[in-house]
Amino acid sequence: MNPAILALEDGTVFEGRAFGALTERSGEVVFNTSLTGYQEIFTDPSYAGQIVVLTYPQIGNYGANDEDMESARPFIEGLAVRDFSPMVSNWRSDQAADAFLKLHNIPIIDSIDTRKLVRHLRTRGVMRGVLSSISTDVKGLIDKARNIPSMAGLDLATRVSTAVSYPWTSGVEPCSPSERVRAASGPAYHVVAYDFGIKRNILRRLVTSGCQVTVVPSGAKAEDVLGLRPDGIFLSNGPGDPEPLEAQAAEVQKLIGKAPMFGICLGHQILGLAMGGRTYKLKFGHRGGNHPVLNKRTNKVEITAQNHGFAVDPDSISDAVAEITHVNLNDQTVEGLRHKSEPVFCVQYHPEAAPGPHDSLYLFDDFIRLMQEHKK
Amino acid sequence: MPRRTDIHRILIIGSGPIIIGQACEFDYSGTQACKALKADGFEVVLVNSNPATIMTDPELADRTYVEPLSVPYLTEIIKKERPDALLSTVGGQTGLNLSVALAEAGVLDEYGVELIGAKIDSIKKAEDRLLFKDAMRKIGLATPTSQLVTDMKGGYDFAERVGYPLILRPSFTMGGTGGGIAYNAEDLDTILTRGLDLSPVGEVLIEESVLGWKEYEMEVMRDLADNCIIVCSIENFDPMGVHTGDSITVAPAQTLSDREYQMMRDGSLACLREIGVDTGGSNVQFAINPKDGRMVVVEMNPRVSRSSALASKATGFPIAKIAAKLAVGYRLDEIRNDITRVTPACFEPTIDYVVTKIPRWQFEKFPGSDPVLGTQMKSVGEVMSIGRTFKQSLAKAIRSLETGKSATKEEPLDESLIPAKLITPTAERLNYILFAFDLGWSVDQVFELTNIDPWFLLQVKESVDLNKSLAAESLETISAATMRHAKRNGVSDTAMGRVWNVDSLAVRAKRKELGVTAVFNRVDTCAAEFESFTPYLYSSYESECEAEPSDRKKVMILGAGPNRIGQGIEFDYCCCHASFALQEFDHESIMVNCNPETVSTDYDTSDRLYFEPLTLEEVLNIYDTEKPVGVIVQFGGQTPLNLALPLQRAGVPIIGTDPKNIDLAEDRKLFGKLLEELEIPCPPNGTATSVEEACEVAGRLGYPVLVRPSYVLGGRAMTIAYDEDTVRRYMREAVVFSQDRPVLIDRFLEDAVEVDVDCLSDGENVLIAGIMEHIEEAGIHSGDSSCVLPPFGIGALELQTIQDYSVRMARALHVIGLMNVQFAIKEGKVYVIEVNPRASRTVPFVAKATGVPLPKIAVGLMLGKKLTDFAHMMQGKTSGVLDVPQFFVKSPVFPFNKFHGVDPVLGPEMRSTGEVMGVGENFGEAFAKAQLSAGSPLPADGTVFISVSDRHKSEAVEVARRFADLGYQLAATRGTASLLKAAGLECVTVFKVNEGRPNAVDLLKAGKLKLAIYTTNGVHSFSDEKAIRRAAIQYRVPCITTMSAARAAVQAAASRRRDPIRVWSLQQIHKGIAATR
Repeated sequence: MNPAILALEDGTVFEGRAFGALTERSGEVVFNTSLTGYQEIFTDPSYAGQIVVLTYPQIGNYGANDEDMESARPFIEGLAVRDFSPMVSNWRSDQAADAFLKLHNIPIIDSIDTRKLVRHLRTRGVMRGVLSSISTDVKGLIDKARNIPSMAGLDLATRVSTAVSYPWTSGVEPCSPSERVRAASGPAYHVVAYDFGIKRNILRRLVTSGCQVTVVPSGAKAEDVLGLRPDGIFLSNGPGDPEPLEAQAAEVQKLIGKAPMFGICLGHQILGLAMGGRTYKLKFGHRGGNHPVLNKRTNKVEITAQNHGFAVDPDSISDAVAEITHVNLNDQTVEGLRHKSEPVFCVQYHPEAAPGPHDSLYLFDDFIRLMQEHKK
Repeated sequence: MPRRTDIHRILIIGSGPIIIGQACEFDYSGTQACKALKADGFEVVLVNSNPATIMTDPELADRTYVEPLSVPYLTEIIKKERPDALLSTVGGQTGLNLSVALAEAGVLDEYGVELIGAKIDSIKKAEDRLLFKDAMRKIGLATPTSQLVTDMKGGYDFAERVGYPLILRPSFTMGGTGGGIAYNAEDLDTILTRGLDLSPVGEVLIEESVLGWKEYEMEVMRDLADNCIIVCSIENFDPMGVHTGDSITVAPAQTLSDREYQMMRDGSLACLREIGVDTGGSNVQFAINPKDGRMVVVEMNPRVSRSSALASKATGFPIAKIAAKLAVGYRLDEIRNDITRVTPACFEPTIDYVVTKIPRWQFEKFPGSDPVLGTQMKSVGEVMSIGRTFKQSLAKAIRSLETGKSATKEEPLDESLIPAKLITPTAERLNYILFAFDLGWSVDQVFELTNIDPWFLLQVKESVDLNKSLAAESLETISAATMRHAKRNGVSDTAMGRVWNVDSLAVRAKRKELGVTAVFNRVDTCAAEFESFTPYLYSSYESECEAEPSDRKKVMILGAGPNRIGQGIEFDYCCCHASFALQEFDHESIMVNCNPETVSTDYDTSDRLYFEPLTLEEVLNIYDTEKPVGVIVQFGGQTPLNLALPLQRAGVPIIGTDPKNIDLAEDRKLFGKLLEELEIPCPPNGTATSVEEACEVAGRLGYPVLVRPSYVLGGRAMTIAYDEDTVRRYMREAVVFSQDRPVLIDRFLEDAVEVDVDCLSDGENVLIAGIMEHIEEAGIHSGDSSCVLPPFGIGALELQTIQDYSVRMARALHVIGLMNVQFAIKEGKVYVIEVNPRASRTVPFVAKATGVPLPKIAVGLMLGKKLTDFAHMMQGKTSGVLDVPQFFVKSPVFPFNKFHGVDPVLGPEMRSTGEVMGVGENFGEAFAKAQLSAGSPLPADGTVFISVSDRHKSEAVEVARRFADLGYQLAATRGTASLLKAAGLECVTVFKVNEGRPNAVDLLKAGKLKLAIYTTNGVHSFSDEKAIRRAAIQYRVPCITTMSAARAAVQAAASRRRDPIRVWSLQQIHKGIAATR
């Protein structure tokens, strides 16, 4: 078994065993606390530029399959785990998680003390790192970690977005003969979805909720979007810092009021910017499937899937423009906004789940209802 | 929605005695509920018949009733206390059933008591299998095809339609009592007949088998605002077919992708909402077909359960505590997470370790019982362990079981048996899986026969391979890297020592030299995302220690490990009290235990909790980290005592009685010498280390003799031999002995009265806390005998002698803390049978009867205080005997209904799982209540059946006459009947089983006999007698097997006729004492 090294910019080094591809990759080292859903995490474009540490120690147990892809390929730069299983046991699995990541040239470091690493990131904040299964030059790796670009100020959304527009037509398929998926009778609304790194389950959920979806690149102009005569506009999740996305925010600003608009994650942050707000970087972000979010309108708590390193500053949002609809109960950060006068709303977390709980699927219905009202 | 202000006084019903399927997990949940509600300013009225629980401590509730859990007594308590609400969900199935019964009897309405937690409709929907199936169909969740039948024909018809195998579950029984798997028509006959009998409503659910499917459990919580969370998912190592209480289980689920997990999560929440559980915790069980993912709901429990206790310990999320708060109106987001302090309880815990639970069985105590695991739970306890990986977790769990050093001979593993042992689940299956891998079997081969998920099997195989690979190393050659790798995968020092043929302490020394030492990680509910303020720890071989020991003065308490017969909740009671006492005496308390059911493993009980196996290695690791000023070993039963001397040798300071003196009391030769010096008589005795020596000693002492191994608790493998053949057979077949562990042989005192004494000693003064007179005579294990405080049949002179001997022995052994002595009185002479200078099984009973907190004072003494310091808590006494204000009877509860084919006769080997206490103004009343609580209520009228051996005949006449005087009818077998008739008593003659029909068994079945008094001459029990005793158990007719108990029964029967239903709270009984405390 080959050795692997994860070196952080502050000089902290973890030595473990190599799985996946024998290679060297670098990125921002972040942790995710989900117990399940590693394949969705690997393939979520929001993780572009990041080495992901999974806090749950047994990873790889159920392999990988074609249905649980959140994009065409994995986007993580590397994976750090406590105990990686080369063996797979699940009826839906097509291949081992190891082979899957190897195919996409992504390295895995296993057997490291992930809890120590997470505690380190929690106290010091996320930092840059290099994961190498080809070099044992610890000092060299630390130097490399110090020289990779910082996530703040980085426009990764443009990098991961689609180059051309395309239609999306498949909905959510049941994963078992026992799963019931509540599907609308057919497409009733045309939704144009900005791809800042969009997860497929958002697209699937839109289709299942009764939408015909056109995905457009992150650089799409407002007039081109309107030219598609959308019933609704969707702003997707995506990687990186929202602040550099000034151009996108400007286009979104033009679209406010033109059609009902729904944003998720980076889409929410861009809407925040478009409504005159600011964003800031969280110390170690929110990544996991267990975050309690209070919906202030219903006064109910949703258990949510989250994956973000930046947040909208509540003080920057004018009461006159938007209302804060959702709040994270762990740290009181902004989780949802709704425009005061226009049919625009967005959430910081991931109602489409994948991975994560389904408590917030109602937001897709809300979007449909908004389009319905607006169409009248 | 904050706390409700319209209710003030809340009634909590506990789960009663420890039985299989309902153990101390409900002491844990009940204690949490009491604490949470009291902390919130509610008045708590608690009822539980089990005195060994922490929850029945007078401090935990405002009113504590140790009274029978029956509708008439509960009605009386409700009438007296007038609670505003009844919390139905923390007292197990017993609490839930009684809540329903009280509601249906109109008692709750009559006294204006609101049911909180779960409403009647929800309970019924969840418990009634047909209603449940309908509810599930409504929300689109599949259940296995099934039908409720009330007769045999219904069963046959269903079998024809669906085919075998079939699962049978009687309605409204606990822990799957009476259920089973029918593979053919013959099985169906047996199980259905039994099930229809056992179900209180005469119903059995027959179900399509989903044997071999993957089995999961989800622990769910919901508040009044409909906020729902999953606390924990659990995956069973053993697939469907084995009761979840008998399955090895793992948290969280290991082999589900997120899609599948979320499907199950959605299903759980839908289930909870449809059943209508307004508030609290529930448990939903699922089965998934490993071939295509088809999922069915198996069942749901609308209350806290064994699994919720496990989930609470596994995640650090206190389900019962939160459930209690939700029941009084709080929302999940209004409750703080104790561990992180900054985040709310409204979230789903995430963990960064793996938790494994393994059940603990004791089939060896029930020879003749069916060892196959099925739908009826048979384990008596369980262990849980936490590891960073499944391998580490499983290895620690196996160590926690303490099955390594057995006093009895075990069947060696046999290669030819592997296929059979893998196919049919028994307690031995895991051992056989390990054995198969050791012999080179593949994962596929084992999977083929077990259907255990291949992922689990591979982990097990890799562990076995790793252990084997260490043979290539040696103590001298092993590298730090290899050592670390082995430790990270759970290999113990002992295991390595075994491979290299060296002592485990040598491995330990080498390991430390290599720099490979254990660290401690925290259970924090959040996988380190937030800081944890609760030192709830487990060991690992990671790189960073989070123990952060304080520099306070601290004491470590070693717990009792898994519940076993003979070592149960009583010891957990003592350990918890030790912890509370340490805190009160300004010491930090550190608890070490591995039993997830207990109060001691609640992170709230001690200042610091180490959830670890109780092995020398693990305890030394904690000691090295914490450096406590003392370690307490005398409260956790035999488990910590086995560690006491090795720990002392390793330099660990043991406080209280010196382990050498504890050991001396166990050492027959040394102790015999001591008694001789003290001029205290004991039955003539000797020791033997060979078959011949045993026969020689027994012959010299004279038969009958009591033979037993040394160093065991609960009379394990103890027997009374009336002849040499029995001794010979026993030595050859039953017991393990060696030069270090000789077999002990005592002259057995027939028909002697046995007495248990608990006392406190500071080394100089000795206070007798209780002198308990056994109702069963000597020869019946003390744990299986009812006993009474104060004694009422022992003369003043004998009491004085008992007191005198106790004091002399306590002084001679320099006892600091608690000591228990067993005496036998025969023909006016007092003999010492056994001395245990440690906490005994009876400590909680005595504490409750006297109102004196014995363990607390014992801890004070261990810390150097004197008895005089506690006089104010001890009725002003520092010597003599404590007074008891009323009559208190402790009665045992037996699991015979779970072990078919076992002769329920009592003997020197303990077989009861739990105990109850009855309180009364007179002995009869207390005994009647205790018998009622123990599940064998004495009848108020009807026919008493008497069949006694020759030597009991004269006593039997007296007993019969008194029953007749009270208005009972008499029936007897031929010999006894002619005797009774000769004495002028009216009596019906009944056939023995082989004499014709209808015989005694038929009459028992038909409900014609209400009480059976059945004694044997003690040599062998004949099949005829066994059949009658079994029938009595099966048809729930109280069966008395000793004359002393028969005499007690007469007094109880008289009380039933004479005394009204009356109840006393412990606070009321001990009013005077409480005031001075």
